[in-house]
Amino acid sequence: MGGRDTDIVLLDENGIRSDGRKVNETRKVTIKAGVLKNANGSAYIEFGDNKILVGVYGPRDVHPKHMSDTDTGILRCRYHMAPFSVGERKNPAPSRREIEISKVIKEALEPAVMLKEFPRTAVDVYMEVLQADGGTRCAALTGASVALADAGIPMRDLVAGCAAGKAADAVILDVNNEEDQAGQADLPIGYMPNLKKITLLQLDGVLTPEEYKQCIEIGIEGCNQVYEIQKKALQDKFFASGEKQ
Amino acid sequence: MSGEKKRHVIPGEVITSGPYRAEQNTIQVGDNIVSTIIGLSDVHDGSVRVIPLTGGYMPKDDDLVIGKIASHSSLSWTADINSCYVGMLPASDVFGRDYSSSSDDMTAKLAKGDLIAARIVNADKTRDPLITISGRELGKIDSGELVKISPNKVPRLIGKRGSMIQMIESSTNSQVTIGQNGLLVVSSDDPNGLLKAVQAIELVEEQAHVANLTDQVKEMLESKSE
Repeated sequence: MGGRDTDIVLLDENGIRSDGRKVNETRKVTIKAGVLKNANGSAYIEFGDNKILVGVYGPRDVHPKHMSDTDTGILRCRYHMAPFSVGERKNPAPSRREIEISKVIKEALEPAVMLKEFPRTAVDVYMEVLQADGGTRCAALTGASVALADAGIPMRDLVAGCAAGKAADAVILDVNNEEDQAGQADLPIGYMPNLKKITLLQLDGVLTPEEYKQCIEIGIEGCNQVYEIQKKALQDKFFASGEKQ
Repeated sequence: MSGEKKRHVIPGEVITSGPYRAEQNTIQVGDNIVSTIIGLSDVHDGSVRVIPLTGGYMPKDDDLVIGKIASHSSLSWTADINSCYVGMLPASDVFGRDYSSSSDDMTAKLAKGDLIAARIVNADKTRDPLITISGRELGKIDSGELVKISPNKVPRLIGKRGSMIQMIESSTNSQVTIGQNGLLVVSSDDPNGLLKAVQAIELVEEQAHVANLTDQVKEMLESKSE
């Protein structure tokens, strides 16, 4: 990806990006846990202009039965974009891209969830993108981990997601849709902040080894910021009306 | 109660470090004891555990549970026990050892939809938990009001040495059978007492995190009795 020609100024002479952010600034993130009554756990996340609703069911019986594992529970994830989530109507049938994102999010959550405690069961995570503006996989991953914690699934750590990238020859944090389309690289990261382990790492574009190192560094810093918001969302739901620590 | 003060923890949060045993809902990461669930940490006698505030019911040996008969095969019933596993009630438990699938009619004893008070005999997760209805206070439940609460709030409803539930029972003149799986059956000859007992249970479920809950429930029970 060499970056496409466009009229948008991705980075002005003062180091301010097209949406008014600095290079190492994330968009505004808000998370609310426990928004759905019928799901075992749920979360609603707004990551800039991304709006994603996550519902978690389980542990529960596995259907079809042949998918069940006698040694451990299984995790199933569905990332789906609503037809109205993007400018042009999106066909609601799962696309190649959605199938891929479902898979990488599942693999990013698996190191965190402890499903050995629930053999022969399944935990289902449904992520519904209501509005998309670049970086939905990180936002969906972040929301999914809050919803899993809300459902009471044992986890080694929460997983926070945030992307880093390169646009207008500068390393930037939390790539938005414009920067993703017209920029040079996008590097989504999933990170377990307490265990200090990366669970999701993809790269679309070209980075030099130095830029790559910088991206990882600021990406992890972004994940740490997102983690604080995840933590607050859970504390608000469970500990708000009670004695604090 | 000794040890450190109870703290609110979320998954991944370090509770303490040092020579402690990691028990319920905790794992050891290096020297640190880390919570795996949202709850209250409890450091006690060199061991660390977390009391969960969310999550479903996991069958444990000797737990009293309330179940609903879901179906039966020729040898056993299955009961929904409000968990990710179903309870297996063998036919021989009801008919005795000389049970024969040809001569005994299983639906005559327990039909689909019947409620039972059962005890968990064997819960090892490699197969569905085995339950029994032979024993005192066990068996088919014929009357009463079924109330569902979060399984995590059952200990709060019972209270210290049964104080909370005893108070509700005595002041409303009702009997409450508590299943560890969060299902309860309330029965009473007095319809008003029944209603009030159910309200008191709902109050406990709503306000489970509040201190001095016993006083609040007592107040509620007394206020409406006039």
